[in-house]
Amino acid sequence: MSDSIEKQKKDLSGLNSDYASKYGFHDPVNYFHKGAKGLSHELVEMISKMKKEPQWMNDIRHQALDIYLSKPMPQWANTKMLSEIDYENIYYFMKPVDENSTDWNDVPEYIKKTFDRLGIPEAEQKFLGGVTAQYESEVVYHSMREDLKKQGIIFLGMDDGLKEHEEIVKKYFGTVIPSTDNKFAALNTSVWSGGSFIYVPPGIEVKVPLQAYFRINAENMGQFERTLIIADKGSRVHYIEGCTAPVYSTDSLHSAVVEVIALEGAYIRYTTIQNWSRNIFNLVTKRATAHKNATIEWVDGNLGSRLSMKYPCIQLVGEGARGEILSVAFAGQDQHQDAGAKVIHAAPNTSSRITSKSISKDNGRASYRGLAKIHKNAVNSKISVECDALLIGENARSDTYPTMEIDCEQVRVEHEARVSKVAEEQLFYLTSRGLTEDDARLLIVNGFMEPFTKELPLEYAVELNRLIELEMEGSVG
Amino acid sequence: MTDKKALFEFKDIHVRVEDKEVVSGVSLSINAGETHAIMGPNGSGKSSLSNALMGHPAYEITKGEIYLAGQNLMEMGADERSRAGLFLAFQYPLAIPGVTVANFLRTALQSHRGKEADMSDFRKLLKAEMKSLSIDEVFATRYLNEGFSGGEKKRIEILQMAILNPKMAVLDETDSGLDIDALKTVSNGIIRYHNENNAILLVTHYQRILNYVKPDFVHVMMNGKIVKSGGPEIALKLEELGYEWVEDEVNHKAGV
Repeated sequence: MSDSIEKQKKDLSGLNSDYASKYGFHDPVNYFHKGAKGLSHELVEMISKMKKEPQWMNDIRHQALDIYLSKPMPQWANTKMLSEIDYENIYYFMKPVDENSTDWNDVPEYIKKTFDRLGIPEAEQKFLGGVTAQYESEVVYHSMREDLKKQGIIFLGMDDGLKEHEEIVKKYFGTVIPSTDNKFAALNTSVWSGGSFIYVPPGIEVKVPLQAYFRINAENMGQFERTLIIADKGSRVHYIEGCTAPVYSTDSLHSAVVEVIALEGAYIRYTTIQNWSRNIFNLVTKRATAHKNATIEWVDGNLGSRLSMKYPCIQLVGEGARGEILSVAFAGQDQHQDAGAKVIHAAPNTSSRITSKSISKDNGRASYRGLAKIHKNAVNSKISVECDALLIGENARSDTYPTMEIDCEQVRVEHEARVSKVAEEQLFYLTSRGLTEDDARLLIVNGFMEPFTKELPLEYAVELNRLIELEMEGSVG
Repeated sequence: MTDKKALFEFKDIHVRVEDKEVVSGVSLSINAGETHAIMGPNGSGKSSLSNALMGHPAYEITKGEIYLAGQNLMEMGADERSRAGLFLAFQYPLAIPGVTVANFLRTALQSHRGKEADMSDFRKLLKAEMKSLSIDEVFATRYLNEGFSGGEKKRIEILQMAILNPKMAVLDETDSGLDIDALKTVSNGIIRYHNENNAILLVTHYQRILNYVKPDFVHVMMNGKIVKSGGPEIALKLEELGYEWVEDEVNHKAGV
C-alpha cells in the first residue's frame, strides 16, 4: 500500500497522460481487411462469407440485423450520452491479419509490441493456462498449455470454436442471450467477430485461469466480440478478461455478448477488468445460466469507458444453484458507469448474492441498476443484495435502481443500500497519523474496494490498485 | 518546573465550533519528561481543545499559538502536526473499512519516516508492541476499528502511539469504556512509552487512570477555561468531592 503510494508520487503526473502512454498509444496499421463504415446486410454477408461460416450462422446474423434495426434505442440509463454515438461513422468489421497465430513469433511485429507493452506474454508465462488476444475484430494470437489441451479442455477464439466445434456452438449459441434480448445483443449477433470459446469436459478442473485480452486500436472502431463458455458437469474454470484502447478524440463502440453455461455441479468464475479509454461506449450483455447445484460468479470491475451499460446476469435454473455477482465501478470526470446485476431464481433452494460497490468522483456518475427476481417455484431461495456507493467531491453522483420481483413467499430477501462520502472525520483520523490528505483518501478508497480487490488474482489486484491511484490523483474532496 | 524551554506550549487558545466558542483562552506549557492531566466535567471544552490542538478542521482556532519543540504548529495541517511529533489518542476512534491495522500502521509510519525509509523492521516492531499491549496477533489483519469493542479501540490507539513514538501525546478520555484489566494494560502501555524526551497530556473526566499514570500536574477545565492548576492532589480531591468543589471555589473567587 504505502509502496504504491510512494510509486504514485514518484511516477505519475496525471491520469490522462499516463493512460495515453501506457494504454493510449495506437499503431499505424495496414489492415488485411477494413470494410466501409456503417452497417448493412451486405456487410453482414461479407463478414460471414469471409469467415466461411455455416449457413445457420449466416441466417442468425441476418435475422439479428433486422431485429437490431427494428428495435428502438434504450430510453433509460443515459439517453443523452447514448445519443452521442454516431452509428454511421463506425467501422463494424476490421481484420488486422489473415489468420490468427499460436506462435507469438508469428504475430505481426506491431501487434506483438502492443501486447508486449500491455504485459500479456509475461502474464501468460507467469500464471495463465491459456491466452487469447483480440485486436479489433479478430483474435490475433491464441495459445494454451499442452497439459490443458490433453485434458480435453477447449479454449479457442470464437471463430475457430465455430469452425472446429460447430456442434457445441450450434447447441448453445444464442440460447442464453437471444438476438431479441436487446438492441445491442442483436447488433452483436449480426456482426460478431472474435471473442472466446471455452468448453470444459465433465469433472475437469482447470487449475489456472484462462485469459482473453481485448484491444481496440483504430479510431471509430466497433468491437463486437462474442464469448461462449460451457462448463460441463462437475467441472471448474476461471476466465479473466481485460480491455484497453487508445485515446482518440472520437468515439468507439464496444458491444460484446457473453454467454456462460454451468451444467450440473459445475463452477465458473468470470473476472473482468474493464479499463477502456474515455472515448469508448461500452454496451455489453453478459448472462449466465446455472444448472442444478452449479455455481456462477461474476467478478466485474469497470473503470474505463465514457458510458458503460453492463448488468451481468445469472439465471438459476436448477435446484441448489448458486450465483454471486461482485462488481465495482469507478466513475471519474465525464464518465457514467451504469452498472448493476441481475439474478433470476427459477428453481428451489437457489441462492444468490450481489455486492455492488461504486465510487463517483468529480462529476462522475455511477448507477446501480439491479434486478432480483424469484419465480413462483423457487421455494427456499435466498437473495442478498448489498449496494455501497462512495462519493468523492460535491458534484459526484450515485443512483440506485433496484427492482425486486418476488413471486414466491417462502424465500429470504435482503437488500441493503448505502451511500457515503469520504467523511471529514475519517480523513482527520488518518491525517492525524501523518498521512497526507491524498494518501488518506486513497487509503479509504482502497479499503472501500477491498472486498472486490481481494477476489482478484494478485497481478490483477496490484494493477487495479494502481489504476485507482491514478484515478484518485489530485482529487479534491 | 525548570526554566528549560518547554517541549509543548500553547498560549491563549480560543476555539470555535460552528458559531460557538467552546474554548476561551487556554494556555499550558509542558516540558519534556512531564505528565500533565486536564480534568473537567462533560462539556467543559477539554475534548474540543484536544481536537483543535491536533488540527481538526471543524475546531477552528480563532486565536492563540501552539509550539512543539520550537516549531509553530498553527500553520500546519493535521498530517504535518503528526509528523512534527504530536499525537492524539481519540475518544471515539473511527472505523476504516477494508484497511487492515497493519496496513494502516505501516502507511502511517512510512509517512513519518519518509517515503524512502527502510521498513524492514516494521513487522517485528508491530509484533512486539502488540504483544506488550496484549493485543491478539489477528488484529493486525483486521480492518481498523471495524467491529472492535471500546476497549479494543483504545488499545489500538495506544498501539499507534507506541509505533509512531511521538514527542507529545495527547490522550483524550483513553480510560473511558475500559474495564479494570484493560485500564491496567493501557496504562502500562502509556508508562512504557513515556520517557524524559517526551511528554503526556491526559484529558480525562475521571481520576482513575491517574492512579496508574501518575501526573506531575493537574489542570481543571470548566466552561472553556483552565480554572485551577496544581499537583496530583487536585485529582484526588476531585474524586472525593466532585467538580462542584472547584465550581464553588471559582464562583467564590469571582465573588458570585
